[in-house]
Amino acid sequence: MTKILELKNLSFVYGQGTPYEKCAVKNINLGIDSGELIGIIGHTGSGKSTLVQMLNGLIKPTEGQVLFNGKDIWENPKEIRKIRFKVGMVFQYPEYQLFDETVYKDIAFGPINMGKSGKELDSAVRKAAAFAGLAPDLLSKSPFDLSGGEKRRAAIAGVIAMDPEVLILDEPTAGLDPMGRDVLLSQIVQYHKQRKNTILLVSHSMEDVARVADRIIVMNSSESVIFDKTEEVFSHGRELEQIGLRVPQITKIMLCLKEKGYDVPDGVLTVDDAFSCVYSLLKKEGKL
Amino acid sequence: MSFISVQNIVFSYSDDDGVSAKNAVNGLSIDIEKGEFIALLGHNGCGKSTVAKHLNAMLLPDSGKVFVDGDDTSDEEKTYDIRKKVGLVLQNPDNQLVASIVEEDVAFGPENLGVPPEEIRKRVDEALKIVDMYEYRTNAPFKLSGGQKQRVAIAGILAMQPECIVLDEPTAMLDPNGRDEVLSTLLKLNKEKNMTVVLITHYMDEAVLADRVAVMDEGKILTQGKPREVFSQVELLKKHRLDVPQAAELAYRLKGCGISVDSLPLNEEECVALLEEVLK
Repeated sequence: MTKILELKNLSFVYGQGTPYEKCAVKNINLGIDSGELIGIIGHTGSGKSTLVQMLNGLIKPTEGQVLFNGKDIWENPKEIRKIRFKVGMVFQYPEYQLFDETVYKDIAFGPINMGKSGKELDSAVRKAAAFAGLAPDLLSKSPFDLSGGEKRRAAIAGVIAMDPEVLILDEPTAGLDPMGRDVLLSQIVQYHKQRKNTILLVSHSMEDVARVADRIIVMNSSESVIFDKTEEVFSHGRELEQIGLRVPQITKIMLCLKEKGYDVPDGVLTVDDAFSCVYSLLKKEGKL
Repeated sequence: MSFISVQNIVFSYSDDDGVSAKNAVNGLSIDIEKGEFIALLGHNGCGKSTVAKHLNAMLLPDSGKVFVDGDDTSDEEKTYDIRKKVGLVLQNPDNQLVASIVEEDVAFGPENLGVPPEEIRKRVDEALKIVDMYEYRTNAPFKLSGGQKQRVAIAGILAMQPECIVLDEPTAMLDPNGRDEVLSTLLKLNKEKNMTVVLITHYMDEAVLADRVAVMDEGKILTQGKPREVFSQVELLKKHRLDVPQAAELAYRLKGCGISVDSLPLNEEECVALLEEVLK
């Protein structure tokens, strides 16, 4: 499989050469395959945001390289803007960045900057809105008349409209109610399946990441300490706790059960999976 | 009367043209006792934050009354007394820290209340010790982690020596450690200082720690009771865009297959104990 992103000895130091010098990302080496959905977890200050900002050239690594489709994104610094169309970034609380008169114009801002116009532009905007789960009648409204959840969707649609090959979402579900969280996540997964692009999801919600990610990058004190399949990562409950993270409640319950000698697998990630495990155990014991 | 008594309040935000939109709070009543730890749940837009702002006279009801320690919040002469008694902590810690040094930020509240300087010094030190941020007192707030900032924000409220602290999704932006720090600080304040705590949250595992859980919908109280009572109403909560802890959900589904479950588990330990029991 082709690696869409490859990080080589990637490091970033804030305020290099000053008394406030602080290393935020230290020597990261990893490759992300095209079409993967990657979760990025780590406590506050572990370097997640600095890492993702380097992936689309918002900040320049102080050492090492980011390769996009095998090419160093900083090879020609004048071209860096093009990378930002290919690697789209949705920041935390993106609804604060809405600015235009209508939702339609706001979503169109990115593709217009890429030089799109006419029918092509219109279809990009409408497709993006549909992917983000925005009803068509909202497009003519002012973004400031939308509800919080709708604003979030509008902001995400604005990035999707540029049709990036890699989409980075920083805490897309923070502050949403449980159902809003579920719906938005399912929509992101749907989009990912249809568009078949690569998605990087930064989140503090272990439940969210457990549900959707193929592989997870675990950041701790500026380094990538684990990069593995989701089930593998969450079977290391104790280690995650030591670095200030948790496993989802349901995973913990099943890990406890396993420690007590019951025949259940490692890294059970959802209530559905746990239910079928317990159900088959009960069946085997003839309790059902 | 209860320490805080919200009596049938109605409130709507009017837009610039003076046209009122639909009611954000629609005939809500709730009584909060002194020393109680109550969690307020509800989906986005159900009116939780609007209620929170009524508890310290940041907003006044269009109709109905809110009493804090017997004082009517619509009585302007009492506004300062009420805000001294009920402090409000918001979701985003970056929006509520004002000074460039932690201890100065914590001193901001009592300074505005006209507390004498030597008393302020004492209060600031105490407040920072309670939230376990004393060693960071001379740091710059922007260098702290989210959980630390939120604890400084809480210290700023504590320095005003309120009797009640209202928190509007204080952990929404925090990592798991930060959430633990804030929650254990709240539990400590509630248990050791008898502080009344009103916690608005979307996290069910935080709500289970409260003495009482109230669920809001459409600007009203939908249901309330002890966490165990509320979270056993799985269908009702799901219907209103809410969740139950994963532990309760697993047990609920097993119950649906005919496994006998007396009461739904609220945390990991209870759930593991239940599973061991049924698998025995």
